[in-house]
Amino acid sequence: MSLNQKRRVFLKGSLAVGALGAAAGLITPGAVLAAWNKNAFTAKSIDEAIAASNGQPVTTPSTDITIKAPDIAENGAVVPVSVATKMKGVDSITLLVEKNSTPLSAVFHLPKGTLPDVSTRVKMGKTGDVIAVVKANGKLFSARKGVKVTIGGCGG
Amino acid sequence: MAKTIKIRAKAKNGVTVVKALITHPMETGLRKNKKTGEMIPAHFIQEVVCKHNGKEVINCEWGGSVSKNPYLAFKFKGGKKDDAIELAWKDNKGNGDSISAKIR
Repeated sequence: MSLNQKRRVFLKGSLAVGALGAAAGLITPGAVLAAWNKNAFTAKSIDEAIAASNGQPVTTPSTDITIKAPDIAENGAVVPVSVATKMKGVDSITLLVEKNSTPLSAVFHLPKGTLPDVSTRVKMGKTGDVIAVVKANGKLFSARKGVKVTIGGCGG
Repeated sequence: MAKTIKIRAKAKNGVTVVKALITHPMETGLRKNKKTGEMIPAHFIQEVVCKHNGKEVINCEWGGSVSKNPYLAFKFKGGKKDDAIELAWKDNKGNGDSISAKIR
């Protein structure tokens, strides 16, 4: 999430109280969660969406992430997707659909104690990849899975 | 209240599995009304929060590309029978709903 952005904004407003600002910046994540990340959800490219939701666009491909989704989705409006990983210290799981006009679909923030294993259903405009970005111990990992869509779910 | 949410939480071997279904149109804002040709305004859930005994166990941010009548399933450690589970959602029009249930 845009922790860095927030902190930057916060610091801008409180340059005079530098030390205090930094300390407060560290405790903002809780408050950040309350605000829906509009920039990330309106981003048109995958890199932008990942950067806006996770702070940076660079992800490391990982084989430890399992994406469960159908190979062929008959109805693009309802594509069941599950993401699970064996990694420890997972903070969030971000779900993106490559070919949608706004790729970011969902961000799941997982507090300590919640297992990195979530399922939902997404819409897919056309055949493409579903991308999962896992944030673990401050690092970003990603995996993708191709889904063939026979009837699109977006547009009419 | 809570007509829009169905939730089921089950504890087994120290892990609680939560499954929820929410009734919601989830309009992306990109669709057209076929008869009038007008755009259907965006209307989708932005936030879903689930709490176990008052402690947050998941916090979701959703975009319009989550399917209509969204489904959410996740697991968390801990939780036992009869513990309180609470789930709430909020959409881009400021509407929302919440439900309280017990782990089975």
